[in-house]
Amino acid sequence: MPMPAETDTTSPKYLRDKYAIVGVGETTYMRGSGVTTRALGTWAVRNAIEDAGLKPSDVDGMLSYQSGDSTFSTFIAGDLGIRPSFYMDVFGGGSSTEALVGMAMGLIEAGMCKVVVIFRAMNGFSQVRIGGTGARAVAPVSGDMLHSRSYGWQSAGQMFSPTFMRHMYDYGTRPEQVAAVKAIHSEHASNNPKAFYKKRVSVAEVLASRIICKPLHLLDCCVETDNGTALVVTTAARARDCRHPRTLIRGVVGRCSKPRTDMHYQDGPISTVAGHYAREILWPNAGVGPEDIDVTGSYDAFTFTAMLQLEDYGFCKKGEGGAYVSDGTIRLGGRRPNNTSGGHLNEGYTHGLNMVIENVRQLRHDADDSCPMGPDGKRRHTYDYREGGCRQVKKCEVTANMGWANPGTGSAMVMRND
Amino acid sequence: MALQATYLGMPLDVNDLDVENLAYFKHCAAHDFHLQKCGACGLVRYPPTTACPWCANPESEWVPVDARGAVHSYTEVHHAIQPAFKAHTPYLVLLVDLDTQKGKPGEHEALRVVGNLATPDGGLAPPETVRRVGIGTRVRMVFSDVAPGLALPQWTIDEGAAQPAKPWRYPQE
Repeated sequence: MPMPAETDTTSPKYLRDKYAIVGVGETTYMRGSGVTTRALGTWAVRNAIEDAGLKPSDVDGMLSYQSGDSTFSTFIAGDLGIRPSFYMDVFGGGSSTEALVGMAMGLIEAGMCKVVVIFRAMNGFSQVRIGGTGARAVAPVSGDMLHSRSYGWQSAGQMFSPTFMRHMYDYGTRPEQVAAVKAIHSEHASNNPKAFYKKRVSVAEVLASRIICKPLHLLDCCVETDNGTALVVTTAARARDCRHPRTLIRGVVGRCSKPRTDMHYQDGPISTVAGHYAREILWPNAGVGPEDIDVTGSYDAFTFTAMLQLEDYGFCKKGEGGAYVSDGTIRLGGRRPNNTSGGHLNEGYTHGLNMVIENVRQLRHDADDSCPMGPDGKRRHTYDYREGGCRQVKKCEVTANMGWANPGTGSAMVMRND
Repeated sequence: MALQATYLGMPLDVNDLDVENLAYFKHCAAHDFHLQKCGACGLVRYPPTTACPWCANPESEWVPVDARGAVHSYTEVHHAIQPAFKAHTPYLVLLVDLDTQKGKPGEHEALRVVGNLATPDGGLAPPETVRRVGIGTRVRMVFSDVAPGLALPQWTIDEGAAQPAKPWRYPQE
């Protein structure tokens, strides 16, 4: 059968720069939202569509992720007047964001829809506690969880800590090195008016906070919040007509995993995480390497997760993650800032989506800090990173997001500006 | 037959369809650690699966496994998430490399078996025992009896084994 005349046969193998994130949106980051996840999702998706300069009727694809703790695409679509030609709500938390961006690209590439919204809506503090307390902690133990929850091995911190401890054992990583992740991200959050925690904390304060489960102090752990977050993905061509400068997607790797996903600890070294495998897809797909990245968004469910991924994606040598995150590199004004919004440790917990939002804004040169607004409605960034000041990175052309599900599974994405 | 019981106030439920876990816990109830051995490649695996993770063969038989080894990594929980464990903090979750099949099929692989640090009779270990254990500590398996037909494998310090002079512990006590 001859192909229709308008069929695009020019797709490069890796779809580099062929798709773009054109809209980002979120609710405020709260504890005690007082509304349903449906209301949070609708709020965030509306903001993202508005940010793109599109109308709900322009959106024909929807993707979301959740763990039995949120509403579905169909209800958000109903609230906003979206008629989906495609929708899917997948099971998952961290690592879903980048993976779904890759799926959105594939959906559009396959001609199944044209503009895709991705959202995550959660009452992670007031309904299903992300730390695992509440209903999840008292549910009957059965199936595969007989070999974990029966031992008081259930929450994310408990489940990941053998990886963190073994990294300290294998490489001599020190508590104060890893605590620097929290201290530095808290500096970034102090320049983010929408961050849930805006107070700067020191390495000493992290180390003096109580132990949750070794090696995690309270302040090594992220905040639990209620919020909705959303992205809009469409073609790079269509992105030219949207409101903001284009944020082009260079490459994606989605839910790349270590062997033995049924129980990743069976495969060693357990101090190595999924990024070790994912980087072999990410960097060739993106056509760049770690040295080309200006800003990173390494998932900080815990201080350790940010460090481990930066190491295994190759931003430093294996085993040197502790030095990398504590030598000033990842601080605003440093060589390669990480999580300039304050991340999960400070801004709010979204299972990764807010870190992509932040990097889109960085690439637009439009970080929503407290810098003065110019007559054109754009901020005049000062690059003064003192408390309450600027958080825009001066030179930000290429970014990398690294999403974390657990030590055994991760996703990542490289974006650039025009 | 399904197993339902309460352990530390926590409901455990092994349902009728879960034949692999039923077999696993049946052996544990007899204080006899068994794992599945692949009918094709001969490797033993943990935890129970429905086919061999190394060669995909679905045939296996339950074989007795010598359950001694060394702590590969651990976490020490001070803030319990599950109400059942709040009275037992701090408690250890241990990942133990069995001597059996260590380094197979790859050099970094092992039968890495989970359990709490327990007393020799299977109760959760008291704080003074928790403080003695770290990476490298030699342990042996004991069982926590939950109900007739159901016991959980646990780890206790192997007092008869040569122990490392100083097992690795998290530097901040």
